[in-house]
Amino acid sequence: MNELLLGLADDELVIGWRDSEWTGIAPLLEEDVAFSSIAQNEIGHARAVYERLTDDADALAFDRSLDEYRCAPLVELRLLDWGRTIARRWLYEVADEIRITALMEDPDVGGLAAKINREEAYHRMHAEMWRERLRDEPRFRDAVTELWPYALGVVLPAQREALAARVALDEVEAVERGSHTDDFAPLWDEMTMVRRSAPVGSQW
Amino acid sequence: MIYEVFRRERKGQAFEHAGSVVAPDTEFAEAWAREQYGRRGESVALWLVPRDAIHDVEDWADEFDLKYRRVDGYSIKARLKEARERAAARAG
Amino acid sequence: MAAVEIPQDEQAFLAYVQAGGQVETADWMPDDYRAKLVKFIEMHGNSELMGVLPEREWILRAPTLQRKLALTAKVQDEVGHAQLIYRVVEDLGKPRERCLADLVDGKAKFHNVFHYPTKTWGDVGVIAWLVDAAAIISQKALLKCSYAPYARIMKKICWEESFHILHGRDVILAMVTGTPAQFELVQEALNRWWGPLMQFHGNPIPKEEDPMYLWRIKSQGNEEARQQFLEGYVPQIWELGLTVPDTKLRRREDGTWEYGEPDWDELMHVVTGHGPKTDERLAFRRRFLDQEQWVRDAVLAA
Repeated sequence: MNELLLGLADDELVIGWRDSEWTGIAPLLEEDVAFSSIAQNEIGHARAVYERLTDDADALAFDRSLDEYRCAPLVELRLLDWGRTIARRWLYEVADEIRITALMEDPDVGGLAAKINREEAYHRMHAEMWRERLRDEPRFRDAVTELWPYALGVVLPAQREALAARVALDEVEAVERGSHTDDFAPLWDEMTMVRRSAPVGSQW
Repeated sequence: MIYEVFRRERKGQAFEHAGSVVAPDTEFAEAWAREQYGRRGESVALWLVPRDAIHDVEDWADEFDLKYRRVDGYSIKARLKEARERAAARAG
Repeated sequence: MAAVEIPQDEQAFLAYVQAGGQVETADWMPDDYRAKLVKFIEMHGNSELMGVLPEREWILRAPTLQRKLALTAKVQDEVGHAQLIYRVVEDLGKPRERCLADLVDGKAKFHNVFHYPTKTWGDVGVIAWLVDAAAIISQKALLKCSYAPYARIMKKICWEESFHILHGRDVILAMVTGTPAQFELVQEALNRWWGPLMQFHGNPIPKEEDPMYLWRIKSQGNEEARQQFLEGYVPQIWELGLTVPDTKLRRREDGTWEYGEPDWDELMHVVTGHGPKTDERLAFRRRFLDQEQWVRDAVLAA
């Protein structure tokens, strides 16, 4: 169970980190504000789950070595173009809904999962709204095709059929959790650089 | 399209104009206004109104004396004073 | 009662705003007033938008989850301010797309402090605390702006800036009570930012000669704003054991602050587009503006 939760929390952390990179440079100012809230929410979810697993959420978020992170490759990718960013958001939200809904049945973490799900409902509306708007854009369609194997890696094998049905795509070989993409090391380096500049335990 | 945004800060209060957003439709307008005008819990409700739907009224003719409709149309001070004096005289 | 009539004559209009009168979008206004409004408010919008960039770089590097969230929220607020402000400019007749095009073409100005690099996490703290403190002093004075739609959005902007100052002060407090190296990061950042901070409110021209004051777009003079900044914040800097890098700085008996002459040539040089980071940041803005044009087309060309 902890392994599953850690994967979930790391996904939320890293996608939050990736999406926060749009704060200040999104294609429209109104969207910039909305998208930043989503990034902040995801990091908030990561923190809430880390707090279930440890007394020091910051240490878990920042002080692990690269290969101790359990995030899915989908969230690691640096996608600084809007078509791919929205394609990832949409695929991720659908996958995340399947995973969170399943967790809501769990006696230990069901309450937390339900809380997260309430906020994710807005994220899903947002993702769906953007998909509707961009669905005929070649850049968006290509991005969905490109990212689909990665999206499958977000959920457990048993949940993949449901995911494929929800997004109306054929199941393909998933890019599995467990190894990292080339994009992850530079991200880790950047997200931990200030923290590593002072001795462990320093306050910030 | 420009949407004018009105927000209600707390239950029981009136909606107040908050600003505007440019959005292609109500769905985007909602997603964007929700964050722009409510992300810190400063609103419990929003109204989104297409600017074109607002009908402006801002001119009233007041050429003749219409003060009887307002409080400043009544000056009761002098009469009240006289009434009190007469009442006192009657009692005295 | 009939609405107050806005005088349709430049001299009478001037007297009207100088007596505290306010103007709405649909009211008659002199061309010169409208042009000054657009110039001033557009520069404010540009500054919010360009002010995003020095801090945005550090969103990915924030050292705790709380700092990460607070810094992201602060930058988000600034984008939100740019949205509010450009809407006001747009209603005065200049579309947002044109403001952004002029900005990246180097035809429009933005505040001096956003032309400088953000070297360390210490700079992030100093910007959030002191740059925002200087900014809030200017912005509070706009609450009384003669152009009412601008004055109204300033309420939300000032409210949000107050969080930023707290966030900045908290970042600084954590570092000055941390390791000696962390304290040093703050002192170094203060040394770097003090010059630009002292230039921030502009040269001390008498307010009667400032056209923005004349039209009551601003309600205070430059020196007044700088004095308020010094009075409010120098004691707060000193009490942390930090040194302000100005040997002439002192508070006179009458409460006025004396200080070393700010480098006005540097200010002029920087705001005319020659700051250490001007080109790089404008190029960065342009890159994303161009790259994502298709999204605006897809969304707004309905």
